[in-house]
Parts: sequence; C-alpha cells; structure tokens
Amino acid sequence: MNYTNTLKIALNALRRNKFRAFLTMLGIIIGVASVIAMLAIGQGSKKSIQDEMSSMGTNMIFIMPGADMRGGVRQSASDMQTLKLSDVEAIKEQCSAVSAVSPQVSSSSQAVVGNNNWPTSVYGVDNDYLEIRKYSIETGRNFSDREVKTYAKVCLVGQTVIENLFPNGENPIGQSIRVGTIPLKIIGVLAEKGENGMGQDQDDMIIAPYTTVQKRMLAITYIQSIFASAASEDVNDQAIEQISETLRRTHKLKADDADDFSVRSQAEMVQMFSSVSDMMTMLLGAIAGISLLVGGIGIMNIMYVSVTERTKEIGLRLSVGGRGNDIMMQFLVESILLSVSGGIIGILLGLGSSTAVSALMNWPTVIVPMSVVFAFLVCTVIGVFFGWYPARKAASLNPIDALRYE
Amino acid sequence: MGNKIIQVNELKKNFHVGEITVHALKGIDLEIEEGEFVAIMGTSGSGKSTMLNILGCLDKPSDGIYKLDGISMGDMNKNELAGLRNEKLGFVFQSYNLLPRTTALENVEMPLYYNSRVKAKERRERALAALDAVGLADRMHHMPNQMSGGQQQRVAIARSLVNDPRVILADEATGNLDTRTSYEIMSLFQDLNDQGKTIIFVTHESDIARFMKRNVVFKDGRIVKEEWVKDRFNAKQMLTELPVDQDVI
Ligand SMILES: Nc1ncnc2c1ncn2[C@@H]1O[C@H](COP(=O)(O)OP(=O)(O)O)[C@@H](O)[C@H]1O
Ligand SMILES: [Mg+2]
Repeated sequence: MNYTNTLKIALNALRRNKFRAFLTMLGIIIGVASVIAMLAIGQGSKKSIQDEMSSMGTNMIFIMPGADMRGGVRQSASDMQTLKLSDVEAIKEQCSAVSAVSPQVSSSSQAVVGNNNWPTSVYGVDNDYLEIRKYSIETGRNFSDREVKTYAKVCLVGQTVIENLFPNGENPIGQSIRVGTIPLKIIGVLAEKGENGMGQDQDDMIIAPYTTVQKRMLAITYIQSIFASAASEDVNDQAIEQISETLRRTHKLKADDADDFSVRSQAEMVQMFSSVSDMMTMLLGAIAGISLLVGGIGIMNIMYVSVTERTKEIGLRLSVGGRGNDIMMQFLVESILLSVSGGIIGILLGLGSSTAVSALMNWPTVIVPMSVVFAFLVCTVIGVFFGWYPARKAASLNPIDALRYE
Repeated sequence: MGNKIIQVNELKKNFHVGEITVHALKGIDLEIEEGEFVAIMGTSGSGKSTMLNILGCLDKPSDGIYKLDGISMGDMNKNELAGLRNEKLGFVFQSYNLLPRTTALENVEMPLYYNSRVKAKERRERALAALDAVGLADRMHHMPNQMSGGQQQRVAIARSLVNDPRVILADEATGNLDTRTSYEIMSLFQDLNDQGKTIIFVTHESDIARFMKRNVVFKDGRIVKEEWVKDRFNAKQMLTELPVDQDVI
C-alpha cells in the first residue's frame, strides 16, 4: 500500500473521533506549550539579570575584608578591620590595570529634613566612586578632593531619599539634611537608577566623603570595602591578580598565609547569577518535560484502547486484503499525526503565551529557538514510541480472531 | 462451465481450547465450478463458518488441500493470502461490519485502498458503480446509522463487489433481516449470479437455501448431503407474491 493511502486512512479514522483525538492531543499540547513557555520565561529572567548587572559595569571589582570562604561560615564583613586606607593608596599607585579606586564605609542612619525623616544608608566614598559604580549626577556637583581632605559636611542624595524628604518638590540643592546627628549640605542629586538584579532600590542612598563618614559618624579609621574599576573588561583578571598581590604585600602575608581579604569582579557575579537562573530554567523545563511525558503516555493509552475497541475494524480491514503491515502503519501514522499536530498547536500556544506573559505581566521572556525544534522532535519521537506497541498489537491480530472479537 | 474455481480435498480443521481439541472439520471434499451458487447448510456448530473462513483465506486448515483458482493455499504466507483476499474474494457478513461514522461510499471504497494499482479517481468510480449495482447510488453520503439493516447489508454487498472478485462468500448474510428484506438481498445475489459471479452462501435456513443452485449440507464437520435444487425460488417473483404490509417471519 502506498503512503498517501495510509495517510488518508489514518486521517479518516481520526476524523471519525474528532473529540477524542482532541482530548488525546491536549496532553501533548499542554506539555509542549509549557516547555516552551517555561524555557522562555527562564531564559528571559536570565537575560534581564545579565543585562542589569552588565549595566552596573562589567569591569567593576570589589574587595572585602576577611578570607574568601564561599559557602562556608564567615564573619560579618563589616566587623573585620583588615582593610586600611593605605591599601587604597597602594592599589592606586601599584596596579596598572586598575583605572579608578575608592574606599567605602557605610552606616545606616535616620535622615531628617524639617518634619520629614527617612531611614537610609550613608556611603562614605571617594569622588571616583560615582564613575566606578556608574552613578551619574542629575543636578548639582560631585564633591571635590579638598572636601574629602577636610571632612566636609556635604553629600549627594538619591531619588528615593529626595522623594521622602522633599515631598513637595522643593529644590534640595543647598539644603541641609541631618544624618544621625550630623547636618550635611546637599550639593548634588543622583540620577535615578532603579532596582538592581536582586531587587534592591539603588536610589535609596546618601553619598558623602569617606573621611566625613569615618570621622564624624562612625569614628573609625579602617575601611569596610574597596571598589575599583579595571581599565577595561579585557584586563579584569589581570586587575584582580594585581590587587591581590598588592594587598598581600601591604598586609605582609607570608607565602603560605591565606588571604585576609577577598576580591570579586562584577563579571564573576554575572556568571554566578546566570548559572543560578540556568538551574532555575532547567528545573522549570524538567517539570514541563514531565507533563510532556504524561501527554505521551496519554497517547499510548488512547491508542491502546483504540486498538482493542477497533478490533472488529482491524478484522474487517484484514479480511478485505489489508496486510499486517498496513494495519500497523495506519495506527502508527494515527499516533504520529496526533502527537505532531498536538506538538504544532502546543508550540504556537507556547509562543503565544510567552508573548502574552511578557506583554501583560511585564516579565521578560526570550524564545529559545532550540526549544521549539526540540519540542517538535520530542513529539515525533513520542508519536512513534508510544504508538509502536499498540500498532504492533493491531498488526499481529489474526483476521478471523479479530473479526469474531466481541 | 467446467472451470473448477474451488477444489477441496480431505480438509480438516481442529481448534485447541485448553486441553480439548475440537474437530470442527473432519475431512471435507468439495469442488465448486465457476458461476455456481452454492448454499452451505447445516445446524449451528456443524462447521459452516469454519469452512467458509478457510475458503475465504481468513483461516488456515489443519490438514488437507485447498486450491483457489488453481493456486494451492498451503504454501502461501500471510501477506500473499491478504493479496489474494484483496483481489479474488469478497465477503458479506451477518452483522454487515461497516465502519461506523463513515459514509456508504467510503465504506465501499475501503478494500481498494489496499490495492496500490487502483488510483483515487478509479477508486471513487468503482465504488459508485458498485453502489449503483446494489441500488443505493442515492444513499452514498449516508452513514451506517442512517440506513436500515437491509440497506446496510446492500452497502456491504457493494463493498464485496468493488474489487470485482472471483468468488463472493456470505456468512448468514440474511440472518439479521426480516423476510422481505431477505428476499431483496437474495434477489441481488441471484442477479449477481446471473451475471456470472460465483457465490458461496452459508445459511441454516432451508427456505433461503432454495434460492441457490446447489445445496451442501454439513453435520458435525462432515458433508452429509449434496443436491441440486429442484424448483429453485426466484426472489423477484417471491417478492411480488409477498403481502405488501405484512412480513412473513
Ligand atoms: N476459534 C474457535 N475456537 C474454538 N472452537 C471453535 C472456534 N471456531 C469454531 N469453533 C468450534 O468449531 C465448531 C464449528 O463452528 P462453526 O464453524 O462456527 O459452526 P457454524 O458456523 O456451523 O455454526 C463449533 O463446535 C465451534 O464451537
Ligand atoms: Mg456460523
């Protein structure tokens, strides 16, 4: 028998049971659609985290006190006092791959203007900090070297703080803001930056010279962390290496001493978050994959029932000259038609719902072309695999036994 | 005449059911010539269907020789038997065996799908001609459940004719029908036979057997009587004599 005939017979058989065919396909449809949508959502969130972190500057490097004990128990970084201002100076002078460097000390304080107050964080930094962390000034100016040297009572303020302390839209420049017990003069307002990849509000902050925060607020001489910029993304690794060497030297560590600081780059963080969201994507995909498998078993179940239910039909087809092979092909083609058309509908539904999710819920989605190809292949395989056994059973029937079957 | 289309020698068929062996056919000798119209008769369980199934290549004999159109069945494989059924044989069953939710036309076309030499256009033409021959051309788009038993059986007969078979085999083809409809079906078979078709018709009803030319009576897996029918019934004439509103059961 030729293929067109097999196809026609199979199509006619499915047409006779439209509703059941649809129900059978439903499992595949849902399975495929969820695989595609899940992967699209997973990839979308990965990409948006990556974009977000890259926008913070991929050549940013940060240095924390204390040994690097990823995953292990570690003291709170701010309690450790291994980083000194001399470290910053040394990095500035000795590391050729580093283009900018700034210390950071921070304190959580209540900020007050008139009757309004707002709990926020004050970061004490050098004036290169804005460049390193890709902050920009909307109005006003950055503080000068002189203001750093003289512990000047000046500050730059983020948008969230402005909104809460100046609710009536007054011009904040030149106004005084009391942070803890210290009054600071606002000399600049930072441009809005939004949330970072971890959902932190990057506009809820006050920036002041580190000297001011060290002496006037915290009364400490050490620094809590150091931020630096590699000269370019390409020299990231080189910069990290130079920083480590420099700090080991200034800290007078012996060859077999462990580092008493840790150096991380933004690029590393991007990678870490990417691998986390890759794992999430895989998990989502696996769950969706299971529903695809269940859909496949649904097809097998229906095909199996259908062989039993249609034993008389099989007997009739055999009696008019259908060969075992013809019968087997009919059932196999039916099963493949079901799963492949279910797959196609599922792919369209998956693409549609991914688009809808990103449009309606503002979730980023990225369609993965491979997942479409993969879903299609899996459906074909499911059709063959789960259709095979029932089809073989149908083909092996004896004509007379099939005809007499009640 | 004279061409022996069916030759059966010492044919036996045993069924094994658990420990027991049922001897359904215990040595049958039978010859049927082209153009014959033979009734296979006998009580229930006498082996009629078993015989017909073997003649129709649906089942294999346990022993003995069966030649169809000069070809011995003994050394044919499953696929060759299927090809033989497709080209040389037509079946009519007691319960019609039409595909549900499938039009009369498509039911009649069905056997031709398994003959790759017949193209789509020819398939349609031949199915229409077969439906026309049984007087159902106007019902070709009807589904089985939209037709009476007699009409369904006529569709089944059209299906058995569509491949222009050498022999038509019918097993209790009137068994589910009332008298008038039975006569109508017999009239159709008589016409086909008049046109030269060889027909073998299994029935346990002796009045139905009188529409045929020759009767072969089975009992316990053996032929106990063979006779040519004297005073053969003519279905068309009997139909005119039947009371119009009343079915004689
Ligand atoms: N598939 C089978 N398995 C076991 N016994 C069978 C089978 N088919 C027929 N028989 C037995 O063979 C005998 C003849 O059956 P059958 O040819 O169907 O009789 P008839 O058609 O004359 O009523 C019966 O005793 C029946 O029980
Ligand atoms: Mg019988």
